[in-house]
Amino acid sequence: MKIIIAGCGKIGKTITETLVAEGHDILIIDNDPVVIEEITNICDVMGVCGNCVDSDILEEASVGDADLYIAVSDSDELNMLSCFIAKKMGAEHTIARIRTPEYNDKSLDVMKKSLELSMPINPERLAARELFNLLKFPSAVKIESFSHRNMDMIEVRLKEDSLLDGVKLSEIKHKFKAQVLVCCVQRGDEVFIPYGNFVLRSGDRIGVTASHTELAKFFRGAGIFQRQAKDVMILGGSRISYYLAEMLTNIGSTVKIIDKDEKTCETLSDALPRAIVICGDGVQQELLLEEGLNRIDAFVSLTGLDETNILVSMFAMMNEVPKVIAKINRDELVPMAEKLGVDSIISPKKIVSNVVLSYARALENSKGSNVETLYKLMDDKVEALEFNVKEDSKLTNVCLKDIKLRKNILIIGIIRDRKIITPEGSTEILAGDRVVVITTNKGLDDISDILAR
Amino acid sequence: MNFKIVSYIVGRIMQLEAVLFMLPLTVSLIYGEKASAISFLLSALIALAIGFFLVHATGKNDKMLFAREGFAIVALAWILMSAVGALPFVFSGQIPSCVDALFETVSGFTTTGASILNNVEALSRGMLFWRSFTHWLGGMGVLVFIMAILPQDSGRAIHIMRAEMAGPVVGKLVPKIKNTAKILYLIYIALTAIEVVFLLFGGMTVYESLVHAFGTAGTGGFGILGDSIGSYSPYLQWVITIFMLIFGVNFNLFYLLLVRQFKAVAKNTEIWVYIGIVVVSSIAITFNIYSMYESISDSVRHAFFQVASVITTTGYSTADFNAWPNFSRSLLVILMFLGGCAGSTAGGIKVSRFIIAIKTFFRDIRQMIHPRSVSGVSLDGRKLDDKTIHGVNSYFALYLILFLCIFLLISLEPFDFETNFTATLACFNNIGPGLGAVGPASSFAAYSAPAKLLLSLAMLLGRLEIFPMILIFTPSFWKKNK
Repeated sequence: MKIIIAGCGKIGKTITETLVAEGHDILIIDNDPVVIEEITNICDVMGVCGNCVDSDILEEASVGDADLYIAVSDSDELNMLSCFIAKKMGAEHTIARIRTPEYNDKSLDVMKKSLELSMPINPERLAARELFNLLKFPSAVKIESFSHRNMDMIEVRLKEDSLLDGVKLSEIKHKFKAQVLVCCVQRGDEVFIPYGNFVLRSGDRIGVTASHTELAKFFRGAGIFQRQAKDVMILGGSRISYYLAEMLTNIGSTVKIIDKDEKTCETLSDALPRAIVICGDGVQQELLLEEGLNRIDAFVSLTGLDETNILVSMFAMMNEVPKVIAKINRDELVPMAEKLGVDSIISPKKIVSNVVLSYARALENSKGSNVETLYKLMDDKVEALEFNVKEDSKLTNVCLKDIKLRKNILIIGIIRDRKIITPEGSTEILAGDRVVVITTNKGLDDISDILAR
Repeated sequence: MNFKIVSYIVGRIMQLEAVLFMLPLTVSLIYGEKASAISFLLSALIALAIGFFLVHATGKNDKMLFAREGFAIVALAWILMSAVGALPFVFSGQIPSCVDALFETVSGFTTTGASILNNVEALSRGMLFWRSFTHWLGGMGVLVFIMAILPQDSGRAIHIMRAEMAGPVVGKLVPKIKNTAKILYLIYIALTAIEVVFLLFGGMTVYESLVHAFGTAGTGGFGILGDSIGSYSPYLQWVITIFMLIFGVNFNLFYLLLVRQFKAVAKNTEIWVYIGIVVVSSIAITFNIYSMYESISDSVRHAFFQVASVITTTGYSTADFNAWPNFSRSLLVILMFLGGCAGSTAGGIKVSRFIIAIKTFFRDIRQMIHPRSVSGVSLDGRKLDDKTIHGVNSYFALYLILFLCIFLLISLEPFDFETNFTATLACFNNIGPGLGAVGPASSFAAYSAPAKLLLSLAMLLGRLEIFPMILIFTPSFWKKNK
């Protein structure tokens, strides 16, 4: 597919890297020649230097042939305008980043319709949504949703002296009386797709799928269950904080937001009447303790500085806050933070690039590929793919235990009538099912690719 | 420096060369030249062995590639390729001296067309075919070819392309580098094929038309007859004139024509300046040599042919321009410096560099008069960034310094000023024949072995636009972590 990306900042760059790896033809438009040179040096893409609302520039990028036009520059207005012009010049689908809260209410629908936007994306809101899910289910380090949120994969880190240490996967059902499936295990820098005889160890990070009741049973049994966070402290008054506080107060949680800037605090307190907004320097330990750091359920660090987020999160963990989440934008800091024990990390740009990637996949799907959607998990080392099973597939009406799969591939879920079936040896796949497969191999195109040859 | 990737890609080039040896091998077999066929087979085996060693000895795990590796790959690949390419000449005994064979092959790959052969017609058909085929390969670039056929999993191959392709700015035509390389080669192959058809119409044999099309397409200039193109019919001379000019044009423009972006082509300054220079100098020379030929059509033809041949740095000739009046000879020497358009197969300094340099000069004049004026340099309606302008300026400076150094060393040879000067010029700009004792009617055979090696180096410097070759002589370039 031919994809044009206008604006190559943090998010633009991440999207570019993901889409290039998928083999698309990518063209970048950016104002800054330095940015263009940098990206064309590291990725196999073409760059055009100029303003993305200039029709001459868009013509040079031959926007008329583009299957997808993604505007992710700094300015919402520029993105909207540029998508509008691109659409008028013949781009098939357009995606614009629109993140100002004021635009993200009813006016968004109007704009979407009149600008013929295929999809507006709001990175901050998506990040807030992910944070919200994590706070609702704090046992998880990360939650990945598949198949229109019908199925979740929960990532958990096994602590020292975890009850799961030394447990064989085939014993879980018997030991914890819960029907769950461990899909992938990250140990050190390696990621495994585990089979029945795989033995878990402390320190592993595991991905688990199951229905919600079974999951709760499993986590209770394994002693890693945590109740929903009711009392949340947020450091930093960014847009993410605003969206997150709004979501949390709507379900009745107590929210405290701390920010240094007086103006920001005033705006926030006007917009969020039910939240407590505190003006002060959140890096001061005194202030955090005064505001009850050791009594809250969860602490979320969302300042603009990755380093601050990591350090303050570590301080919160020292004060035994049950759930600590840090926002880290720079990829290279993530492994370091994980080594320091900051487990729950969100990266808005990764979330956005995943959303864009699924959109591109779905587009391509309509053009012939059979992969419905694709998700990247565990630092992109694992891919989860969703396939639609057709009538003539070799997989239908055979017991799973009789199907020989290729190495490092696992069927982690079958979705039938919007219900998830956790696969067992006796399960059969029927035509019309959606099947979610997890793998460390790259480049699967069709469901028949999962079969051993 | 990541030696693994360098060795891997250079190894692949060797394997490719081994495969390409099969072409002249087939030609030799068709004409029943057993000795030539055996030497090609032997050379192919050696190339295959070197390639196998380079590809597998190091493994290919590390694919990280930066600008520096790009330069190293291009420089080393060209040197090794020329060395191996010279083997058939030596094995067959048709050019017994190693230095001579190397000179001839470098001259072929760099599309120079300077020869040490006093009697071209003595070579076997297979050898002559290989000699011309090196022009065709070197014209668009071997690494560009490798990029079109090898699977590419890293986007960083752009560094290799930048180092091999000529011109102040090297961009892509389409987002994927592999597709860009494919498109370039397809255009190249298509244009060559069209020329072959035109030459066949004019009564050339298949063999002749192929050899001459290779020479024209790569803007090389190796012929198979002693008087180059002189004894062919006027129709054939015109065909070659026009195709030389076509191959001197930026290939991006052909792509733009194919995708019907005529406006972008019309806006291109370089092509119009290039056409202007060709027409004006041809007319000037026509008047200058008017009295030497019987009819006006002869002088027009000879003028256009020689101008096209020199400005595109091909080096074919239909007339011994060494015997022309001084004005024409001087004009041709100036055109030798100029060269064709950026992004073409031609050598020389390139028209676009001159345009940028002159525009910068006028900007500087303006700024001397109005010291506080703010003005940039723009080309094709687009403002150029300082880096490009700076690159062009330093290219000129480096070009001049190197040229003078080589010229000084070549002056140790016992020839007159004109001969030495134009020999250096013709090699450095990849033209072929110069004036005086190295004119179109004679050869470089009289130069000593060290001079021939130096001139070979000059040809490589000219073809790869100086920097890749200079860098491999810089010690800090090879340091592991600096």
